[in-house]
Amino acid sequence: MLCPIRPGDRPAAAPSPPPDSPGALKRTRGPGSAWRRVGWIAPAGAALLLTGCGQQSTLDPRSEPTREIANLWWAMLAASAIVFFGAAFLIFLSWLRRRKEGWPLLGKGDGLSTGLVVGFGIVIPIACLIVLFVFANLDVTKATEAPAQSTTSMTVEVTGRQWFWDVRYPGTGAVTANEIHIPVRTRVNLVARTGDVIHSFWVPQLNRKIDMIPGRTNRILLYADRPGRYRGQCAEFCGFQHAHMAMYVFADPPARFRAWLANAARPSRPALNAQQRRGQQVFLSNACANCHTIAGTPARGGIGPDLTHLQTRTTLAALTIPNRKGWLAGWVLDPQHIKPGNKMPGLNLTGPDFQALLAYLETLR
Amino acid sequence: MAVVATPEAQARVERLERIWTERPGLLGWLTTTDHKRIGILYFFTTLAFFAAGGIEALLIRTQLLGPNGQVLDPAAFDQVMSMHGVTMIFLFAVPISTGAFGNYLLPLMIGARDMAFPRLNALSYWLFLCSGLFMYVGLISGNGPGAGWFNYVPLALKAYSPGPGIDYYALGLIFTGISTTATAINFIVTIFKMRAPGMSLNRMPLFCFAFLAVSFALVFALPALSTALIFLELDRLLGFHFYDPVNGGNTILWQHLFWIFGHPEVYIIILPAFGIATSIIPTFTRRRMVAFPLVALAEILVAFIGFGVWAHHMFAVGLSTITDIYFAAASLIIVVPSAIQLFAWITTLVTGRPTFKTPLLWIVGFIVLFVIGGLSGIMFAAIPFDQQLTDTYFVVAHFHYVIFGAAVFPILGGMYYWFPKVTGRMYYERIGQASFWLSFVGMNLTFFPMHIVGLLGMPRRQYTYPSGLGWTGYNLVESIGAYLLAAGLIMVVANLAVSRFRGARVGNDPWGGDTLEWATTSPPPPYNYAVIPKVSSPYAMWDREDREQDALRLAQGRQVLEQGHETPVTTVLDADWDEIVDMPSDSPWPITFALATSGIFAMLITQHFVTAAAFCGLALLVLAAWHNREPQEA
Repeated sequence: MLCPIRPGDRPAAAPSPPPDSPGALKRTRGPGSAWRRVGWIAPAGAALLLTGCGQQSTLDPRSEPTREIANLWWAMLAASAIVFFGAAFLIFLSWLRRRKEGWPLLGKGDGLSTGLVVGFGIVIPIACLIVLFVFANLDVTKATEAPAQSTTSMTVEVTGRQWFWDVRYPGTGAVTANEIHIPVRTRVNLVARTGDVIHSFWVPQLNRKIDMIPGRTNRILLYADRPGRYRGQCAEFCGFQHAHMAMYVFADPPARFRAWLANAARPSRPALNAQQRRGQQVFLSNACANCHTIAGTPARGGIGPDLTHLQTRTTLAALTIPNRKGWLAGWVLDPQHIKPGNKMPGLNLTGPDFQALLAYLETLR
Repeated sequence: MAVVATPEAQARVERLERIWTERPGLLGWLTTTDHKRIGILYFFTTLAFFAAGGIEALLIRTQLLGPNGQVLDPAAFDQVMSMHGVTMIFLFAVPISTGAFGNYLLPLMIGARDMAFPRLNALSYWLFLCSGLFMYVGLISGNGPGAGWFNYVPLALKAYSPGPGIDYYALGLIFTGISTTATAINFIVTIFKMRAPGMSLNRMPLFCFAFLAVSFALVFALPALSTALIFLELDRLLGFHFYDPVNGGNTILWQHLFWIFGHPEVYIIILPAFGIATSIIPTFTRRRMVAFPLVALAEILVAFIGFGVWAHHMFAVGLSTITDIYFAAASLIIVVPSAIQLFAWITTLVTGRPTFKTPLLWIVGFIVLFVIGGLSGIMFAAIPFDQQLTDTYFVVAHFHYVIFGAAVFPILGGMYYWFPKVTGRMYYERIGQASFWLSFVGMNLTFFPMHIVGLLGMPRRQYTYPSGLGWTGYNLVESIGAYLLAAGLIMVVANLAVSRFRGARVGNDPWGGDTLEWATTSPPPPYNYAVIPKVSSPYAMWDREDREQDALRLAQGRQVLEQGHETPVTTVLDADWDEIVDMPSDSPWPITFALATSGIFAMLITQHFVTAAAFCGLALLVLAAWHNREPQEA
């Protein structure tokens, strides 16, 4: 099962899955690991909650931190259910006994009632809250803290911008956008910054969210214990296109990741035919180069996403549309129609120039 | 007290009527200082803003009814979404409980003839009205604020929000803040000094404790908001750099200042509702509140501890772990006073003999919804869970259960409960019950699925969402629920509106109520009580001997104070007679001052600073005129 990115009014087709797509994963997914750990509440809850794609679900955890958070949730839900049904029962009891005063069996002394308020309003809550505090805030919190530098084997720097994610691999020169590749079962040190307003980096299946705040550098662990594609999204309201600031994290098997990184670190390939060369000229002589970077060319703009390896990505405009030729053409001509308010102006290009530009963009692999 | 036994008593009442009755007609409403008429003005104004906020909510839900909605473009959605929050919190929830319920009922409950500062009270109302209209001028002219109700910087700075929308927000909230501060101070002084002789603090109804707690919370919370907003406007209008990270400003400063205000604000919204619940429950269970002193203490404690929990809104910011843990612990502690109140209400229900009429139904619904909203609130004190679910629809679900469930439900119950007091007529009971059930079902259909889509990873404040993430069905249910909820609320308003003219006439005390307001006529006369009531317990209306003595004293002419526009002032703790003060009568100055103040804000938004200064001068002149004339002798 694939999740179409932008269906509805458009003739959308789902993007073709990358070779390591989680298509297979979807079919083999069980009710989620929470279900094994928390016994009887989980089946009902899981049946209710795990419908749908689940690729952005907090209840389908794929790393240690998110598993602990999901378990915390199921435990809190169980405790809450007891409290809720207890309270609901008492209210029902008050309706059953609406013509009688006092408690059943216990009588109606005011001291008794006050004692019950002290017991259920003070003593029991304090006991429960202490348990929750120790469990959640002293124990589980450790799993979601920024990882110690020595425990991670690589670093990815992500910068949130209105409205896409700039992704860099320090020490390699590799730059991409919106589609982060990491090696599976590897502790990655994710450095989160912002280039403008506050964003929040959030891939619910892999870890809790972390805000990206001007002047601050936040870090978080990024780890996936199964290969696959995990969807994430900006979680702090950041303006017009907050809704279309999504990302994928691809957890690749190590060899595939190394190959991807090696390619990503290379500048764009120069071997171009005549049309593609013309396209490159169009790119460089129009506004494109002011905002976009293509390594290996004079295009060094820093406002839009890096396009050096555009064609290795499955989507455009932070997962707004699939990265297919038709979609790309539509995007270049009228980006404001597809993602209103974004910073890219539509290009006023004539047919041959436009076709050449598209041909050139096709070569950015 | 309409039935008067002796000719002497009759003469005294007539004299009071003459002294206290205000000018008739429209002019009377514009210059009124009667807390009841101001309360009614607040009521209709806040109801109008509630309707506006509700329409905004329905627009949002219509846009999100299915994936890739096309009803609103992103700019419109952001403005509607921001103004929905601003309206519901600043123009509805707080002013309807303090301005409408507090104003109308609090002086009645404590046996006073008016608020301590009647003209300040009128000023509060006119400032509130003008500030609300000011912000709506922004939205209607297409310049609504678009950065959410908590308006984080740098998104709200000029660089990212260049239009005047954020200025309407910031100046509008400074404007409203003046009104709210005045209201809060007025309540504090009224509660401390205007209680009927004998109503020592421990004999004060729990409703009044709630309002005392709220008023103190407002006085201490609003300066943080005003500071944050003034910094913001200095940045935006005059190029300061409080929040500008490029020039050494700090964006987190806004978050701290905002939430130092913002979290107490949550308790400011729900505490009056708790007060309403503690008024309705004893009446309809025919017994006194269980654990009265604990509940009173809990109300005060909630307001106090509420100031120490703000950073739980900021767990995803990346503050130090020790900071997070402190605020998580404080957030857990505040559960205890809420649990005390919750269990006291439930125990009172079980041990009393409840009659489930419409007002109590809303309170029972409130208890159920508050349990859900409270439990999901506790979850946010678990740091890792908060870090996972904050800024998702799970939070939206949580705070609507708290604000809609735990604040608006009691307010609606309170409307039904006090309707006979305010109008002298009874609403239609069966329609009342139907309106409750429709609203209750609609509320849960709207907000419960939001928990689930939040867990499924749907962030809040998206103007649209794609299909295929498992969110579609839940969003559809939410939107259907929102329409049902709207229908339920329209039913409430229709019931009360028709009953106002066609409802059966009722006496002073149709419910057998416990507090003093049921002692006077329905609707109450301008002077509230012909004789200053005697109080010897928090359930003054159930002390029949005291009420018979009141009638006796009216006949004897003791404590009637019919010689002038007068009310007694009592000591703070024990409510012993202190002195008798002249109260100001109706005045044109509050509304004039509010208009001059509106001029200041209108000129600030158009950046005519010199004209704004001229309006400041005008406002000062009005203040001078205001204080020039002492209250009239009767």
